[in-house]
Amino acid sequence: MSLITTLARLEAVSTGRAQPAATVRHRHLSDHPLVLVPLTTAGEAGAPLGALVGTDRDAPQLLVVPQPRDRDLRFAFLSELADIVLPYVDGYAESVEAAERNETDPETGKRVKVEVELCADAPQLIVPSRAGVDFLRLLGRSMRFRRTAEQDPETPYPAPPRVPLLGRWLTHFGERARMPGSSLLPAMTDLLARHWSTGQSTLEDQHLGALLAWIDPPEGRSGAEAALEAELARDEQGQLRHPPAGPATDPAFDNKLLAPAFERYDRARTALHAAEDGLEADDRLGALTAAEEEIRGLVLSRTRPTWDAVWHGIDLLRALPEGAHVEERWTRDRWSFTGHRDRVTAGEPPQPRRDDAVTAANKLASREREQARLEAQEALDDPLVMAGRRLAGEAFAGEVTDVVMTYSEGKRPSPRPLVTVRTEDRPHLGERAKVYRSLGGKPQSAEFVGYEDSAEGSPEGGALIVLKILDKMGRGKEPEAGSVPEKGDRVCFTLFEHEQRGGAKLPEPEDTPWTHGGPPGEAVQETADPVTPEDVL
Amino acid sequence: MTTQVFDPGAAAGEATEAILRDTLHGAHRGVVVDSPPGAGKSTLVVRAALELADAGRPLMVVAQTNAQVDDLVLRLAEKNPELPVGRLHSSDADPYDKALDRLPQVRKSAKAGDLTGLPVVISTAAKWGHVKVDEPWAHAIVDEAYQMRSDSLLAVAGLFERALFVGDPGQLDPFAIVGSEQWAGLSYDPSASAVTTLLAHNPELPQHRLPVSWRLPASAAPLVSDAFYPYTPFRSGTDHDDRRLAFAVPSDGSGPDKVIDAAAESGWGLLELPARHTPRTDPEAVRAVAAVVRRLLDRGGAATSERSPDPTPLTADRIAVGTAHRDQAAAVRAALADLGVADVTVDTANRLQGREYDVTVVLHPLSGRPDATAFHLETGRLCVLASRHRHACIVVCRAGVSDLLDDYPSTEPVQLGTLVKFPDGWEANHAVLARLGEHRVAWRP
Repeated sequence: MSLITTLARLEAVSTGRAQPAATVRHRHLSDHPLVLVPLTTAGEAGAPLGALVGTDRDAPQLLVVPQPRDRDLRFAFLSELADIVLPYVDGYAESVEAAERNETDPETGKRVKVEVELCADAPQLIVPSRAGVDFLRLLGRSMRFRRTAEQDPETPYPAPPRVPLLGRWLTHFGERARMPGSSLLPAMTDLLARHWSTGQSTLEDQHLGALLAWIDPPEGRSGAEAALEAELARDEQGQLRHPPAGPATDPAFDNKLLAPAFERYDRARTALHAAEDGLEADDRLGALTAAEEEIRGLVLSRTRPTWDAVWHGIDLLRALPEGAHVEERWTRDRWSFTGHRDRVTAGEPPQPRRDDAVTAANKLASREREQARLEAQEALDDPLVMAGRRLAGEAFAGEVTDVVMTYSEGKRPSPRPLVTVRTEDRPHLGERAKVYRSLGGKPQSAEFVGYEDSAEGSPEGGALIVLKILDKMGRGKEPEAGSVPEKGDRVCFTLFEHEQRGGAKLPEPEDTPWTHGGPPGEAVQETADPVTPEDVL
Repeated sequence: MTTQVFDPGAAAGEATEAILRDTLHGAHRGVVVDSPPGAGKSTLVVRAALELADAGRPLMVVAQTNAQVDDLVLRLAEKNPELPVGRLHSSDADPYDKALDRLPQVRKSAKAGDLTGLPVVISTAAKWGHVKVDEPWAHAIVDEAYQMRSDSLLAVAGLFERALFVGDPGQLDPFAIVGSEQWAGLSYDPSASAVTTLLAHNPELPQHRLPVSWRLPASAAPLVSDAFYPYTPFRSGTDHDDRRLAFAVPSDGSGPDKVIDAAAESGWGLLELPARHTPRTDPEAVRAVAAVVRRLLDRGGAATSERSPDPTPLTADRIAVGTAHRDQAAAVRAALADLGVADVTVDTANRLQGREYDVTVVLHPLSGRPDATAFHLETGRLCVLASRHRHACIVVCRAGVSDLLDDYPSTEPVQLGTLVKFPDGWEANHAVLARLGEHRVAWRP
């Protein structure tokens, strides 16, 4: 935890309210997000219990699996989910703009610009918590290898038509969510925790109710009190007053309310199957419907508070102005979305279970680049984030007190002005360290020359840092106007780079070297996991 | 009963011969050499490079940092000033050590094409990753292979036919700045070390190890070997009487002086501050580190070793301070500057890897912490910090670390398919603390 975060958390404790950790919004928020509040069944990995889903905060759609261990009901749930999510996703696939992309020409091997389509906007799925992102990834994994009766008439348990496609999309969203700074599938707790520091631990911040209680406590109460209540308060039946955001449910709810309701549902269903004539069946169908309604009511009672909390979080975040680089990062999300749209249209097979060596290395490298870029961009977009970097000795801000023109040696001397900056920050500057400042959105680099003895007893105090500006001054002998800071200017230099270099070029998967097991071989059509006795009731 | 006399020189020589035999004449595409701290890894790399060059095999050498590359070039030039060497460097300003400019046989370029035909070309893994060739090199030497990440080996492995991988398995593992759990357990996990991936796919490759540490004194080798290399023990190349650290100025009775004397006598010293939870840059501990360094210099130390019969003065360049975090290093540097000390190396464990000093002063990674995270428990971090010295190592620490260790057993999730690393940081930390406890000096700042 950085020093400024520690300070903000201490301040949150003493004031009883979360403190801002950002002055702008660092993540893209769609005008039209799809909110998804999933619940899972205890003790059964990847068995959905239900979900509240939709784009209209006043009219969410409730999907429920009345008996989560019944595969047919589960497929019915996934099918309904596909009917809501896929039209929403497809709604963004149509509207495109022309863009250019660098590609390697297969004939010449040269990098050439190709005209391609880029979706004008992309869908955004918002889930309450990080566990929700993992759950969607798991659902995606469980669906994408399923075969429909149309794809394979022989398959023993055919999936409903659009379910495998939903699996591929959820897999894509889940994988993209691992990219630092991406916004295709954000978790509300992560979004809020990025922008506010609470007086509780980062682990406790994963409880959406408690987190919101710190950020926006009810009138007249402290965040700590409200958070404690959100976490622990129970009604006279022993049920949590603020159900957890899921997907896991509270054990007291599972045991006291859900299990008996499942039992009633099972009994009603058995009774219906045993009905001997139409009249009896009608009665028993009524009992089954009532039992199902009861479970629907239970699921709604546990998802609706979370649904409202997510929209509350969206309201809080929308009140922040968007950071300058957010649009650029969202564009990369749009590229990611467009890329997957194209793979689906081209009829490519679903994403493999495991990445091959080259894909894994490429993903890791791009995520590390993106992480470094995100950290730099957030600091450049937000003085509060920059203050944290300054406090950590990774940046410094101050006033220019002197500029002396010098020139580089060599045949064509170029300007190398020496700029003295007075700062109260204490950057960790090594010998000849490179520092950077943003000049018209582009990084200008300078070299640390040394400290100048500040005049004793000078009223300003602080250190005098001498820098040599190295670039972005044009080609002439005299620097271009505005490219060199002037005496009296406020400047901010960072010790970290603003832009990331491209990494090493990795071989194609078919050229995987012997150290990594050689080429992975022909791609085989992966099938769903075989059905085991535990899978069928 | 006969006692076998251990001849370190002969044991090391035998190991080296076997390694070179496998490298030059073996049937396998790769050879792996594990080298404990100061076991002559660089000497081995230089020797193997010269022999491969003599055998007419075009050789590329992959090191991890520019400092390591420059160091290797200088060592090669020292052993064989005739051998033409290519130094492939980045296109940044000042990409290599200026000392290379004085060597006429070293050709430097940012383009691999300019260096073709030279018997040996040396560069960093990062730079090699951008090189494309039609004809791969016959042989490669990969230095510090345990600190190289699997993905960076993937980027360069297409450049060579066969390779010698050399490194120290006990030092810091490579790391990624983003989560990589998604690939844990895969044989080619891109965040694992290059050697882990290499051996997972090629388990038949011959593995050697260097059995003798020439750097660590007889007082340190058994502890470091037991604590960090329990299944691959090594010995010290010197005996207890071979090295001596003496000070001209007698102790003034203060904590720093007492701990210096304890360390001079036994090779280890622990300066213990009262238990307290502190920020990372604990001002008292930082001042204590600086005070010890100041006294080391003021007391006119002299180090006698097998290298020369006469004592050599203990100067600032023979002392290093090691910390876990960069801000701690910066705080120590500032404290040293306040005491008028210059030229003492102060760095984090990551940057001290592969370096050697007479005396090291270490700010214990767990000092003053309320918790023991995986980062602070990492075996490699403590191993690096406790194995940089030829004579003595002084650790500055808050009391209460063993309680902290007992309060925080490791809780990292177990990933299927990954090799469990032994020893774990918990055990290694206890082993080192138990030994340091024998040379404890309590100090109230």
